[in-house]
Amino acid sequence: MKHIISALVQNQPGVLAHVAGMFAARGFNIDSLVVGRTEDPELSRMTIVVIGDDRVLEQVRKQLGKVVPVVKVRDFAATPCVQRDLMLIRVHTPPPKRPEVVELVNLFRGRVVDVARDSVLIELAGTEEKIEAFIDLVRPYGIRELARTGLIAVPRGG
Amino acid sequence: MTAKRKRKQAGPGTLAGATGAEVFEAMLRAEGVETLFGFPGGAVLPIFDVLYKSPIRFVRSRHEQGAVHMADGYARSTGRVGVALATSGPGATNLVTGLATANMDSVPLVAFTGQVKSFLIGNDAFQEADVTGITRPITKHNYLVKRVEDLGRIVREAFHVARTGRPGPVLVDIAVDATVGTLAGEPDVEPNLPGYRTRWEPNMKQVKAAAEAINAAERPVLYVGGGVVIAGATDALRALSETAQIPVTTTLLGLGTMDESSPLALQMLGMHGTATANYAVQECDLLIAVGARFDDRVTGDIETFAPHAKIIHIDIDPASISKNVDVDIPLVGDAKEILERMNEYVRPQDRAAWGERIADWKQRYPLRYETDGDVRPQELIERLGELTDHDAIVATGVGQHQMWAAQFYGWRRPRQILTSGGLGTMGFGCPSAIGAQAGNPDKTVIDIDGDGSFTMTMVEVITAAQNNLPVKFVVLDNTYLGMVRQWQEMFYGRRYSGVDHVCPDFAAIAEGFGAKGMTVASRDAMDEALRAMLAHDGPVVLHVKVSPEENVYPMVAPGKGLHEVDLGKLA
Repeated sequence: MKHIISALVQNQPGVLAHVAGMFAARGFNIDSLVVGRTEDPELSRMTIVVIGDDRVLEQVRKQLGKVVPVVKVRDFAATPCVQRDLMLIRVHTPPPKRPEVVELVNLFRGRVVDVARDSVLIELAGTEEKIEAFIDLVRPYGIRELARTGLIAVPRGG
Repeated sequence: MTAKRKRKQAGPGTLAGATGAEVFEAMLRAEGVETLFGFPGGAVLPIFDVLYKSPIRFVRSRHEQGAVHMADGYARSTGRVGVALATSGPGATNLVTGLATANMDSVPLVAFTGQVKSFLIGNDAFQEADVTGITRPITKHNYLVKRVEDLGRIVREAFHVARTGRPGPVLVDIAVDATVGTLAGEPDVEPNLPGYRTRWEPNMKQVKAAAEAINAAERPVLYVGGGVVIAGATDALRALSETAQIPVTTTLLGLGTMDESSPLALQMLGMHGTATANYAVQECDLLIAVGARFDDRVTGDIETFAPHAKIIHIDIDPASISKNVDVDIPLVGDAKEILERMNEYVRPQDRAAWGERIADWKQRYPLRYETDGDVRPQELIERLGELTDHDAIVATGVGQHQMWAAQFYGWRRPRQILTSGGLGTMGFGCPSAIGAQAGNPDKTVIDIDGDGSFTMTMVEVITAAQNNLPVKFVVLDNTYLGMVRQWQEMFYGRRYSGVDHVCPDFAAIAEGFGAKGMTVASRDAMDEALRAMLAHDGPVVLHVKVSPEENVYPMVAPGKGLHEVDLGKLA
């Protein structure tokens, strides 16, 4: 099962290495890992997507909690939360095909952020499922280049 | 460590205007450091210049691995934080084995290494190595200090992290310019560790549930590890065992938490544990694990481990709980605090039937060995226990001699055995014994070592001789790497591959190193040799030529359950 682990960490040199090193040393598989600043300049947030059973995830949470610069660990598996992944994707679009692709972009509420002679660069944010669905739809046109941020998540209010 | 024992730390005094090296030395004194083990070099010259006039005692090893094992032996035997110091590059990489050893056995240690100038880091400078990168997975935490302003706080954090919670080694890598630079004002040395947790309030509901389980059990067993030593929970443990008549088996690192002369002591369990301890675990209806981690050398085949038992697990490391076995009553926190609170709810019982069952096993399956004209290592260790009133501090290397020491010395108190349990580091015995002697000048300190292990780090006998540390090194020479040979005999058709060797004349080497050297080769001369060794007031290397193909029994073969323990040919 896929788990989204959110860890608040001290904003210090080496903290990413401490966390990534622990995952590697303990044999945990990281699906994606995002690090970014938070509202507090002393803290960063790491959002880590991990695949594993309950036993593995319990160890992931506990071992993460033991990393000294890690301040707080949450597992969003049972928490309703808003999840976003951001993708930039360049799709092969000879001019006759361009309207079809742009229509897909609009349907998915994405944006075309760069247009070249035979390709467009598309920006799309959303859940992982939405991103995957879009990739499947544009795959037949030819994907030239693709970059994703990996998932970030924040629990819903109330 | 509990909050109750937390003391207000002395400040280092004013540091304004001090150099980084002076800050380092002042912070060490503020942490109560009396002895430092290490080896100098280019990147730590400013620190050594300050140590020149410092009251801190400096013990120079002959190799950095020796220094870190000395600090480890000092820490295990005294309960204080051991401190090691080495230079950058090769000095630092030579610490690696010692840090990993301390990490596996939860030993509080702080290692300082010099680093090249901060602006040269990453340039492949002379004697540069990415030491924080190398040591990250084998330390509890580590730091790279680039600015003198951060040094005081980081030293304080390092000691705090090393000694609290589940202790462990912390490495602090200091760029040389951070030791040369001076402080403009007073630095902030308060730890900044918002996510570091050292204390878990015992869950009283769980404590009572555990006590009720103990009261209801018919055949309980206490399975005790090094966590009880670290927590200082020996008295609480023995009180629980006595009150409720619960037999106690210990791990290798838990030896001494139980007085082995007690009828309630089952001695060590696991691969080379006593048959009684292993049978008791397999038959018990309640297993109370305290400060132990269900290591594979302890459990044997995990599927058949303690099959009838409900399991209580007390540990300060939440990640140790339900890692290897599923636990019925987990209790996270300080072992002493939890046991003391639990003892208030535990009813006195006599458990006569269980006691008889155990006494019967003990009588039928004692630890045994053959006797003839050869020196039998088991007998020698047993005699060593008797001749030292079971009161010496004993270090070991790793292998057969380590297991025999565990089985035959006769442990009486915690912090008595210094042995590399988790990592299994050959070469640990000689330097760790020296470190222990430095921290316990009035105790008899013995290194019971094998010829293979001893040869790895015996150069430190020079350190013992030159620092007047009267360690007794007993080197059991069977002309093989005995434990590997035993496995080749048992599991590889007696194809002895890469294990035989000719030992040097250890007594002659000892004399050359400035210690006393002795050799004994027959059972008849053994007692006299041991007495002469113990009576000598300086360091001694006793070269003992023992029966070459002795095997360690009992043995639970790898993959087997504890009930399948092989008692050997004397069964």
